[in-house]
Amino acid sequence: MRHITKTFPGVKALDDVNLEVEEGEIHALVGENGAGKSTLMNVLSGIYPHGSYSGDIVYNGQICKFQNIRDSEKLGIVIIHQELALVPLLTIGENMFLGNERGVKGRINWAETFGRADELLKMVGLKESSHTLVKDIGVGKQQLVEIAKALGKNVRLLILDEPTASLNDTEAKHLLDLLREFKKKGMTSILISHKLNEVSYVADKITVIRDGSVIQTLDKKNDAFTEDTIISAMVGRSLTDRFPKRVPHIGEVCFEVKDWCVDHPVFEGIKVCDHVNFNLRRGEVIGISGLMGAGRTELAMSIFGHSYGSDISGHIYLNGREVRFPTVKTAIRHGIAYVTEDRKGNGLILSESICRNTSSARPEKISHHNIINFDRERQVAKEYVKEMRTKCATIDENVVNLSGGNMQKVLLGKWLFAEPDILILDEPTRGIDVGAKYEIYCIINKMVEQGKSVIFISSEMPEILGMSDRVYVMNAGRMIAEIPGRDATQEKIMSCIINSDKGIQTADAES
Amino acid sequence: MFIALIIVMLLFQVLIVATDNGSLFAPSNITNIINQNAYVVILATGMLLCILTGGNIDLSVGSIVAFVGAVAGTLIVNLHWNIYIAIAMCLIVGILIGAWHGVWIAFVHIPPFIVTLAGMLLWRGAALIVLNGLTISPMPDKYLTLFSSYVPSISYDMIDQDPEKAASLTFAVTMIVAIVCCVVFVVAQLLQRNTKRRKGYETSAAGLFIARLMVFCFVILAVASLLGKDKGIPVILLIVAVIVAVYSYYTQNTVPGRYLYALGGNAKAAQLSGVNTDHVMFFAYTNMGFLSAVAALVCVARFNSAAPTAGTNYEMDAIGSCFIGGASAYGGTGTVGGAVIGAIFMGVLNNGMSILGVDSNWQKAVKGLVLLLAVLFDVMSKKRKASK
Repeated sequence: MRHITKTFPGVKALDDVNLEVEEGEIHALVGENGAGKSTLMNVLSGIYPHGSYSGDIVYNGQICKFQNIRDSEKLGIVIIHQELALVPLLTIGENMFLGNERGVKGRINWAETFGRADELLKMVGLKESSHTLVKDIGVGKQQLVEIAKALGKNVRLLILDEPTASLNDTEAKHLLDLLREFKKKGMTSILISHKLNEVSYVADKITVIRDGSVIQTLDKKNDAFTEDTIISAMVGRSLTDRFPKRVPHIGEVCFEVKDWCVDHPVFEGIKVCDHVNFNLRRGEVIGISGLMGAGRTELAMSIFGHSYGSDISGHIYLNGREVRFPTVKTAIRHGIAYVTEDRKGNGLILSESICRNTSSARPEKISHHNIINFDRERQVAKEYVKEMRTKCATIDENVVNLSGGNMQKVLLGKWLFAEPDILILDEPTRGIDVGAKYEIYCIINKMVEQGKSVIFISSEMPEILGMSDRVYVMNAGRMIAEIPGRDATQEKIMSCIINSDKGIQTADAES
Repeated sequence: MFIALIIVMLLFQVLIVATDNGSLFAPSNITNIINQNAYVVILATGMLLCILTGGNIDLSVGSIVAFVGAVAGTLIVNLHWNIYIAIAMCLIVGILIGAWHGVWIAFVHIPPFIVTLAGMLLWRGAALIVLNGLTISPMPDKYLTLFSSYVPSISYDMIDQDPEKAASLTFAVTMIVAIVCCVVFVVAQLLQRNTKRRKGYETSAAGLFIARLMVFCFVILAVASLLGKDKGIPVILLIVAVIVAVYSYYTQNTVPGRYLYALGGNAKAAQLSGVNTDHVMFFAYTNMGFLSAVAALVCVARFNSAAPTAGTNYEMDAIGSCFIGGASAYGGTGTVGGAVIGAIFMGVLNNGMSILGVDSNWQKAVKGLVLLLAVLFDVMSKKRKASK
């Protein structure tokens, strides 16, 4: 891939990236969340069609112009996404040949389908029959089915996006060994992973991506794959003046969560939060750092009126008194606000105006006996548009027409209007430009100055470090470390996560 | 949509006059349109609330109309209950039926389509059982006057003795009522505008404000002058007006009404803003049962009978009205006013084609095409707006 540049509205996701993968090697891509790894692979596999990016994809000496994922699959480039794309209620065999059906002229040859599927399943070491329903096998096996599916498409270049994120150690090892075996047969793989021990185990080359650029490519033949070298390449970015200063006035503990356990809402018995403890002081910003899927959002949402998960247990103390938030409304009444990470999906009502969105979390403030006072509503909306410096034509503009940064400001305004004492911000700066980020940091500082407290969840480590008074590190549903803000460094956080990934034993010893 | 309605009205008027079939705006025809379509407006109002929650529809409406009608007929005619108690009973039955649907939809999370499809079969069957497949008629006069009389109510004696005086009295009373309506509306608007000014809120431009008042008064006075030349104001128009006003206010000006839009616009966001979406859903369907019962009482009075086949396809009229009136099939947008305009649109279409003597088989086909065209028009205009 040569000189690949891809921009999204307001953000440059990839900036002149060059990546060279040789045939028959396992090439690992590492980098922080949002560094651009997945974007790069989406370009390669044709999800972002030719023309939506600049630069060239050269495959076996030919420049490729993929219009869609089918074009790339024709050449044997197959991508397996982090979120598995299998239909749970179809059999393994049906899934494997979905969109690639065996048979002629629209008639499916089921004997061939299941026969071939069984062969492929054997190749990936699965003993299941291809007649088994996908929902009846575990996530680890589903991942192997995905690989078998890719093999069914005569894959020459396999791209795996975080394939081991939801697997346990034995399953992960099996998958990695499989990749090595395929390598012997001449297949090429690109592996995106956060787990550096796995990467150093299988990869021939490691390319580190940061902020949409390639930082370094390490070759097993020449360089040593130590975690230190990789980590420093991953995070080695100097903290410039991107964060507004504030003088902390930290008071007593006002919010405390103890022994918080949450089960996955679908897969019973899988703990997404496992005996989590943390506390928050008045006027403090705590950062919760961790990789994607660490359970941070799930933690926040389960606290916020049990909006996520099942079988929730644990204790919440607000100003020393134990409280319970069985519904979102009770949480809001107790002065908690949760600004969701997915502002379009579950934060704002896109088809409605800025005005109506602003008051939607606390309609009682603009109404009397449930009758809405429109004048008050409009006045409030105007105030918050002004305070947040939201760029919009009028407050009657539908939220859907706003840019990401302005949408975020409307969402923040909505929750500030709810007058929370404790504000949980989940990835508040995702996908917005640097200027808007700075303004959001300023808003956080302003809140804290007023004696409110902020729980700041972010995958971008620099902003966690720049904004937090204290940093908690979360991994695989557990709080694995608590680091005072001034001592926290990216290396420290990363090594906490990596150490806890190595096995539960070390993490237990630490805690 | 309002403009489309006017265009269709004018189109029919031209066609009707050209073919020498009288006039769409003949006084008796206006009374007719109102009487024919009152139930559609009532049902469309309830249906709109369901559609707002996320494009969910209620298929059982027609069957509920039949069943509640059957209950009304049985109680009033066969069992000689007091009319008011019987009416109250019917409304309670409607609410209970709505709540029955609501429980399954909101708390057990069975798709509304399935629950109300089951309801459609169930209540139709129940109506047949209650009536034993027969029609009950006639209803007592006392019941009929509640729904199908006119204001002012003029005795037949007076019409016989002095028809001229009766006509002028009718016209005078109708116009007085209309003028009072206009004055109340204008004064209320002026007062509201004044308070806004005083509190320093923004107000719409004076020209626009006056134009809006004038259009409103013109429509009221024009309709009234036509009604006055016929039999006066139908009581049913007053009932419908009250229902439309109440629900319009509810959806636009109250917090629970706002929740309907929030749920349809983005259910997850609504939940995370503290809206109990299950309760909102339950209310929408319970309310639909209630309004179906009101429509049932109106229909029994209009047809002067309780028949097991009453209400057939009423749900489709109601759903069609909402969509023609600009409600989104995905929920979250639409107004009661829009649904009313949609209902009148369908009513005018039916009425106009009937006057023109269009074959009833053709009428159905045309209605289907018009529904599609109306929604297409809406989708296109929204797209154009969005691309701007």
